[in-house]
Amino acid sequence: MTHQPPAAPLNGWASPQQTRATVAEFVAKALVAAELEVRKLRHDPIQLFTRAVQPVLWLTIFGQVFTQVRGIPTGNLSYMDFMTPGILAQSVLFMSIFTGLLVIWEKDLGILHKLMVSPAPRSALVLGKAIGAGVRCLSQLLIVYVVAGLLGVGLNWHPLAILGVAAVVMLGAALFSTFSLIVACWAQTHERVMGVGQLMMMPLFFASNAIYPIEIMPGWLQVVSRLNPLTYMVDALRQLMLVEPAGTYSLGLSLAILVTIAAVLIGFCGRLYPRLVR
Amino acid sequence: MSIITITNLTKRFGAKTAVDAFSLQVDSGEVFGLLGPNGAGKSTLIKMLATLLPITAGQATIAGCDLGRQPMGVQRQIGYVPQALSVDGTLTGYENLLILAKLYGVPRRQRLPRIQAALHYVGLDAVANRLVNTYSGGMIRRLEIAQATLHRPAILFLDEPTVGLDPVARKAMWDLILQLRRDYQTTVFLTTHFMDEADVLCDRIAILHQGQQVAMDTPGALKSSVGHAGASLDDVFIHYTGNDLTTNTEGSYRDTSTTRRTAKRLG
Repeated sequence: MTHQPPAAPLNGWASPQQTRATVAEFVAKALVAAELEVRKLRHDPIQLFTRAVQPVLWLTIFGQVFTQVRGIPTGNLSYMDFMTPGILAQSVLFMSIFTGLLVIWEKDLGILHKLMVSPAPRSALVLGKAIGAGVRCLSQLLIVYVVAGLLGVGLNWHPLAILGVAAVVMLGAALFSTFSLIVACWAQTHERVMGVGQLMMMPLFFASNAIYPIEIMPGWLQVVSRLNPLTYMVDALRQLMLVEPAGTYSLGLSLAILVTIAAVLIGFCGRLYPRLVR
Repeated sequence: MSIITITNLTKRFGAKTAVDAFSLQVDSGEVFGLLGPNGAGKSTLIKMLATLLPITAGQATIAGCDLGRQPMGVQRQIGYVPQALSVDGTLTGYENLLILAKLYGVPRRQRLPRIQAALHYVGLDAVANRLVNTYSGGMIRRLEIAQATLHRPAILFLDEPTVGLDPVARKAMWDLILQLRRDYQTTVFLTTHFMDEADVLCDRIAILHQGQQVAMDTPGALKSSVGHAGASLDDVFIHYTGNDLTTNTEGSYRDTSTTRRTAKRLG
């Protein structure tokens, strides 16, 4: 161990009297928390590709078979075109709904304690995690585009459209991962977060417009579907991903709903987050 | 001049009082030790002081900031090393420090020199770019100290800093703690249940038993208070906590599992 003379006075750059973060600080801290997630991913990218199996199976097996059946009314769209945005949304949902597991892991290790004593607003840490989940889910976008492209789905390859799809993927991932973080704050153990994740993912998926239109559902299920954020994510993706945009709601409305829910969840989760280290 | 002033600090979990009206003043540059059996409330107290746990009653002023009202002010001026490991094994040593430097708002131009100096200070410059999950237990603890002092905090809180370390790594940690005080006048507030550690490091010691402070003084004065010549801090500890195997029912499953897990990962 070596000795080093003191280089600078204590902590000269921050005023201890400042008790609240400014908006710029909030954004900067959220981006640092996101950077942490991305750096972890960079050291272990293999996990991204193991998650590719599910959307590939849905598109190649389920999609191909149901295209033959022609039992689901999808208007002018082929069934493959109809379901591809739904499968992308599904992959994002399935991937982000277990984000809470990561945070329980970090809590058990003590990493979370270290982040929580730093002068970063809790909701900025949550937002950072949500952005990290979004980046993780962008790998699903790549996989779905490759497979759907090979299967002849009429994808819109315009860069702006793809950017829009990426934004919706990030937004959806932020929303569902924050939901999972809230569950983690409440549940505190791997088993419960896993259980709630399993419990939620299938109902969220099936009670949405991901693989069939809402109109063919029974009345009560239509109500549930319209309350389900996944429906608006799928709808936004259907407008952005396909050469022939299809969707029930306006893109603006879907995005506004997703942004609002995500923001409310992030704020709420920021309040609950300290419970994880108590 | 006191840098930590604690007045009647209390933490209750439901009906259980984990810390009961704890009061204390710690001087700037002092190494203060909090001793007690498992479950005595040491970690609860240090978590309150590090802003992780809300306080039930009482107050504390840390480096001029009120703990309840200015937690962010407190956070800017303290470093905290929890009992469980707080570095990310899936990142390199350098990356762990980089993320913390950014979270603490170390200005961009100062980041790299400060990280390099911190790595050098704890003797990890040669392994800075290795993933932390390849480090030994002693290296991990030293990286945690580097991480917690990167923003040059006035006060460093250490929760059981040497649990799970082998004797050589423990001695290295002790040297590092004393070196920090010598070089930066850092005030150190640590919890431990190793009496030799408290004896070597601490200027003053408080003994916590079932949430209450049962003794506080210099190690020398505490030893004399036991009443027989040649008393060790072990004797002091047993004297004040009445702690033998039959009365020691403290320490929850969770505390024990955290300690064992930490020891396992460091060992």
